[in-house]
Amino acid sequence: MRSGAGQAPPVSTLNAFRATLKRDLLIALKRRNDMLNPIMFFLIVVALFPLGISPDPQVLSPISAGAVWVSALLASMLSLDNLYRADYEDGSLEQLLLCSQPLYFLVLAKNLAHWLVSGLPVVLISPILAYMLYLPAEAYPVLMLSLLLGTPILSLFGSIGVALTVGLGSRGLILAVIVLPLSTPVLIIGAKAVTDAMLGLPVGSHLAMLGAVLALSLSLAPMASAAALKISVQ
Amino acid sequence: MRTPSTTQSRSAPETGVLRAQQLYCERDDRVLFAGLDFALQPGELLQVKGSNGSGKTTLLRIICGLNDNFEGALFWQQQPLPEVREEFLASLLYIGHKVGVNKVLSPRENLRWSTSLQAGTRTLGIEEALALTGLAGYEDVPCHNLSAGQQQRVSLARLHLSQACLWVLDEPFTTLDVHGVAALEALLDEHVRAGGMALVTTHHRLQLACSIRELNLDTASTQGEVV
Repeated sequence: MRSGAGQAPPVSTLNAFRATLKRDLLIALKRRNDMLNPIMFFLIVVALFPLGISPDPQVLSPISAGAVWVSALLASMLSLDNLYRADYEDGSLEQLLLCSQPLYFLVLAKNLAHWLVSGLPVVLISPILAYMLYLPAEAYPVLMLSLLLGTPILSLFGSIGVALTVGLGSRGLILAVIVLPLSTPVLIIGAKAVTDAMLGLPVGSHLAMLGAVLALSLSLAPMASAAALKISVQ
Repeated sequence: MRTPSTTQSRSAPETGVLRAQQLYCERDDRVLFAGLDFALQPGELLQVKGSNGSGKTTLLRIICGLNDNFEGALFWQQQPLPEVREEFLASLLYIGHKVGVNKVLSPRENLRWSTSLQAGTRTLGIEEALALTGLAGYEDVPCHNLSAGQQQRVSLARLHLSQACLWVLDEPFTTLDVHGVAALEALLDEHVRAGGMALVTTHHRLQLACSIRELNLDTASTQGEVV
């Protein structure tokens, strides 16, 4: 019954990738609170700027790009913990590590799922929040584009930090200490692109830079996450 | 790196051989085991015994590659295990203390994911496997509504679905009721008789028709203290 010699195993890397992606999206769908938290957080933080600083368009407009980007970064940080915690606690992570398929792709699937659930909604609702902060209309496409390129980087970098800290009992601020220094260049380039767009300056180089960092993190960050996960389950 | 013979007969249980040579492991300056040698042939079940804290779980995790804090060498089909790790993982099924069952997902969804990670041609459907483990009617209930024993059964259903020739089970009997224990024993027996291998830690007295070899870590670790 269990011999199975000569039959081709139906498992392929693509299958495992797809199944992991589907599973994580399904979990996110079933835990709507966890999914909505970062987006609500993003909304609330951005809404606090007019209240805390000034509702005056003259004041808000120049800082709008930075405010949206900082809020996006914080929202991404907030959602990171969901990435491996439950899997670590229930043992699914060990099953993931013992899969005969390359761990790179499985980690990539988890990161992609995380971005689809926490990063993409931020990109999609960012114009509404930018409107609230009087971002000039000509900067909207650049804001969305920079977030579209930037938020996956935040997920990929964040994943390394979570993978390193998931085994620690009390993590506290250590995740932020690891992840924020990695993420700040993305924040700087992203916010700068939007500010330059507001001023009518060319933004091609900023976006190209974000694209380059994204390409780099897509190819390297999952490897670092995979290595960190192996250490964390020891 | 891989020889043609091992590639051809990959998932066939008859050829898989696991061997450990001079394993040494210490934790917190305490030697868990030293100079540990054992081999596992197709059609054998090795029961790892030992008192609490003697390193049973650690040993199983070392073999699976989840813990590399050890000295010594492991071989899979006569080759150093790190070199043939992919083939080894394709023939391995590990169920640990933490059973690997997501609490939000239903048994069906959990198994769909685990089977997609595991190599091998399935002869059974997920529903049949769940029915065989006594979970008929629970296929779509979220796992946090199931008891600990039922969650254990969800992970044990993977044994029905897997083609892996090496089963590494860490305390698989703990939360099972009498029927569950009998069913798992029958399953282990069938697997081993069909030429599979099993590495099991349990305090439970195994009642199997197949032969059981024992590895006692208590005696192994007393040897270790001499070192």
